[in-house]
Amino acid sequence: MSDKEKAQTALRESATFDHATMAEIRRAAETGIYDIRGFGAKRKVPHFDDLLFLGASMSRYPLEGYREKCNTQVTLGTRFAKKPIVIETPVTIAGMSFGALSANAKEALGRGASEVGTSTTTGDGGMTPEERGQSTKLVYQYLPSRYGMNPDDLRKADAIEVVLGQGAKPGGGGMLLGQKITDRVAKMRTLPMGVDQRSACRHPDWTGPDDLAIKIQELREITDWQVPIYIKVGATRTYYDVKLAVKAGADVIVVDGMQGGTAATQEVFIEHVGIPTMAAIPQAVQALQEMGMHRKVQLIVSGGIRNGADVAKCMALGADAVAIGTAALIALGCNHPQWDEEFQKIGSKAGYYDDYHEGKDPAGISTQDPELAKRLDPVAAGHRLANYLRVLTMEAQTLARACGKNDLRNLEPEDLVALNVEAAAMARVPLAGTSWIPGQGY
Amino acid sequence: MKTLDLANTSLREINQALHEQASECTEREWKITGAKGDHNIACGLDAALSVDIEGHAGYYCAGMNKKAHVVVHGNAGQGVAENMMSGTVRVKGQASQSAGATAHGGLLVIEGDAGARCGISMKGVEIVVGGNVGHMSCFMGQAGALVVCGDAGDALGDSLYETKIFVKGSVASLGADCIEKEMRDEHIEYLTDLLNRAGMDEDPKSFKRYGSARNLYNFKVDNASAY
Amino acid sequence: MCGIVGLYLKNPALESQIGALFEPMLIAMTDRGPDSAGFAIYGDEVENGTKLTLRHEDMNYDWAALAESVKAGLDTSVDFFQNATVAVFKLGCDAAAATAFIEETAPEVLILSAGHSIEILKEVGLPEHIAETFNLKGMKGSHIIGHTRMATESAVTMAGSHPFSTGEDLCLVHNGSLSNHNRLRLELKRQGIHFETENDSEVGAGYLMHRLQQGDTLTEALENALKELDGFFTFTIGTRNGFAVVRDPIACKPAVLAETDDYVAMASEYQALTTLPGIENAKVWEPEAAKIYVWERS
Repeated sequence: MSDKEKAQTALRESATFDHATMAEIRRAAETGIYDIRGFGAKRKVPHFDDLLFLGASMSRYPLEGYREKCNTQVTLGTRFAKKPIVIETPVTIAGMSFGALSANAKEALGRGASEVGTSTTTGDGGMTPEERGQSTKLVYQYLPSRYGMNPDDLRKADAIEVVLGQGAKPGGGGMLLGQKITDRVAKMRTLPMGVDQRSACRHPDWTGPDDLAIKIQELREITDWQVPIYIKVGATRTYYDVKLAVKAGADVIVVDGMQGGTAATQEVFIEHVGIPTMAAIPQAVQALQEMGMHRKVQLIVSGGIRNGADVAKCMALGADAVAIGTAALIALGCNHPQWDEEFQKIGSKAGYYDDYHEGKDPAGISTQDPELAKRLDPVAAGHRLANYLRVLTMEAQTLARACGKNDLRNLEPEDLVALNVEAAAMARVPLAGTSWIPGQGY
Repeated sequence: MKTLDLANTSLREINQALHEQASECTEREWKITGAKGDHNIACGLDAALSVDIEGHAGYYCAGMNKKAHVVVHGNAGQGVAENMMSGTVRVKGQASQSAGATAHGGLLVIEGDAGARCGISMKGVEIVVGGNVGHMSCFMGQAGALVVCGDAGDALGDSLYETKIFVKGSVASLGADCIEKEMRDEHIEYLTDLLNRAGMDEDPKSFKRYGSARNLYNFKVDNASAY
Repeated sequence: MCGIVGLYLKNPALESQIGALFEPMLIAMTDRGPDSAGFAIYGDEVENGTKLTLRHEDMNYDWAALAESVKAGLDTSVDFFQNATVAVFKLGCDAAAATAFIEETAPEVLILSAGHSIEILKEVGLPEHIAETFNLKGMKGSHIIGHTRMATESAVTMAGSHPFSTGEDLCLVHNGSLSNHNRLRLELKRQGIHFETENDSEVGAGYLMHRLQQGDTLTEALENALKELDGFFTFTIGTRNGFAVVRDPIACKPAVLAETDDYVAMASEYQALTTLPGIENAKVWEPEAAKIYVWERS
């Protein structure tokens, strides 16, 4: 080593102005527009990995696998609907639009969900015949944009989900950039081809829970009170939102945490708005319990659910079911290593790709390009999704049986402990090895 | 002709009876009396019925209407004929805000004034207003036509797509990307026909046309202040 | 989120029936607000002195003892009557002295309103129940505003119920949701305004009180409110001599007005107005965004 080398200080990256931050500032300076991308929040936030189950021991006895049943069936929409939905596993497929996703992807989701007896949800583009054809239980979203909304599809739906917001962008509307507004998408949304579509962020004919109550009555009247009405919110002031959703007349409430994905929105929205899913669930459950509505108005949670442990932890905190979006796409083949060379050609890498808005997805999922879209075989992909859903279910059952439960909904917060103070405070369970729940006393 | 009175028949029964006409039309003419601001009257119709509503309707009257011809002999609350697909809805009095919101087709005629956000997000409906419309009318209008025989409030046609707007009176202000456009022969022909169908005795040549400048269709940094 | 209603009589012959005219208006708004209800009625003026409405949840509270204590402590005349959980006190002294004395010596009592004409009555529960409890249909007065509440971001408690009193003879009811009320509350507290709750509507009321204390007319205060309050609102304000209605510039929350030679009425939904006499021939219209509507007797 030369004297000069010995005198050098080491290169040190700034934690505040790290490489990604600097690159983003340069990009903003070059283009004059905010960064738009898909996927959910990528930074680390307190999540279900910070929680652990207290399995069987001397005082609690486990159930045998297979023979000793652990029920996974859930009924949604028992409050007012004549025809509630029965799902065989509490894992449902979250709303994702045709437009954001290819028709093949929507078909695959329908196939996979039907194979295991659960539901899928339309998105901000309306109902496609492929999805209605394949999905045995289809939830039809009712969004601010009302793209493709019509009473015939409303009557074909098994449930209606009134969307106030989603976890990735609570307070933001849908977004689909010009390159994905193909002829078919344009027709369904009544838009000119190639425009950068931005949906409204508020509903056009009601604002506030008092007027929402009247809108829900209208939807019930149009469908002769047959089907359940869900209300979906991004997780922000969840405690109040859930109470208001009950007062507005919801049969089911869907709470989507900040880790929830999207096809396209501003990066700042994804990373900086909303609360983590784990923090939202106790708020929602408390609200329902205070109103005497827990288990009577069902709670579906979403936002970063990845494995059966996440599913079981949501159930333990008091949810009736969960929804998966990002995870379902990955099961179909999103970000698959087999396309790595292609990802690199478009400036990304397998496992890192989040430019869904560009419509160039090599996996053929978040694209409208027919050449790319045909890479996804809906039958094979549907099968993969079904496999994944079965694994989620079995993993959740394994954990539930280990805690001595014959039904996933018999999991309780008392079956959980936390690894750190943040998770303990947010999930309202004690720090492992202690009886301390920060904020709730000893 | 079947008459049902809201004073002694529930809304649910009335709407159910009207909905059943979709599978088998046993009665084409209906009269609903005693409306006192009740919400959701005659919503979700799906048959070529003729429905007269006597009194004032509340919110979402004739919401998602298909094929039916509905007349409100009074005023209508928020969201009249919202998301209508086809058929006609006529309001003899005034309409509150969001009249014809997100409607895909059919004809909505409001003989009096319409409130704010008339035709918001409209997707192909034709709306003809005999009086004035309130602010933010035709916000994000995608397709169809809005005709205003009176004046229009602030921010008309903000973020407009392809809806054609015709206003006879004054416009308090135009919304982002909405500009006045030339009234050519084909527009006058179209407007003549539409006013005729709406039963409005007006001279089409006294209207001005407004439409999208189409500058906000794809994001350009120079338009950032419009957002 | 809520329902709001108001009735201002132009024809004095109807004053003896105001409660009966108003009761169905309030009850019609139950779906919009099932959690609690309240109203502010104006009439039965106390020219020299002040009128207070006081509340204690125990209907057996010893109001007579309180009256004696006030009489002695402030050396003034005191007359009162009880109506369920509320007592209306008429005193010979001014409002400031009276409220200060009661806050100090009887902190268990909630002071709902103070002024020459106003009486505010409110309770947790269904509007129908509240109307019954207070015998609303038997009341007389010149004008009245009311509110049915669906609690949004604060708890369903008495204190969180509307109308909020903003100062002598002034009150506010609100349908909507403000978005900058927390910062405003802190600033107003620094200016000496007192708040009982975390409620956004209370901040609207406190803001108006502050502006009026600064010398604004009611119209000027409302013009300032349009500039400084952020969020969605329809406000109906009660004053000694009339009422005012104003909507924010975006005007998403509903409002309907109806006027005849006999009255002006306001409601969140038309169906609250249908029982009023002559409504079939009334002028019915929606107030415009960001426009201040005031009716006052001179």
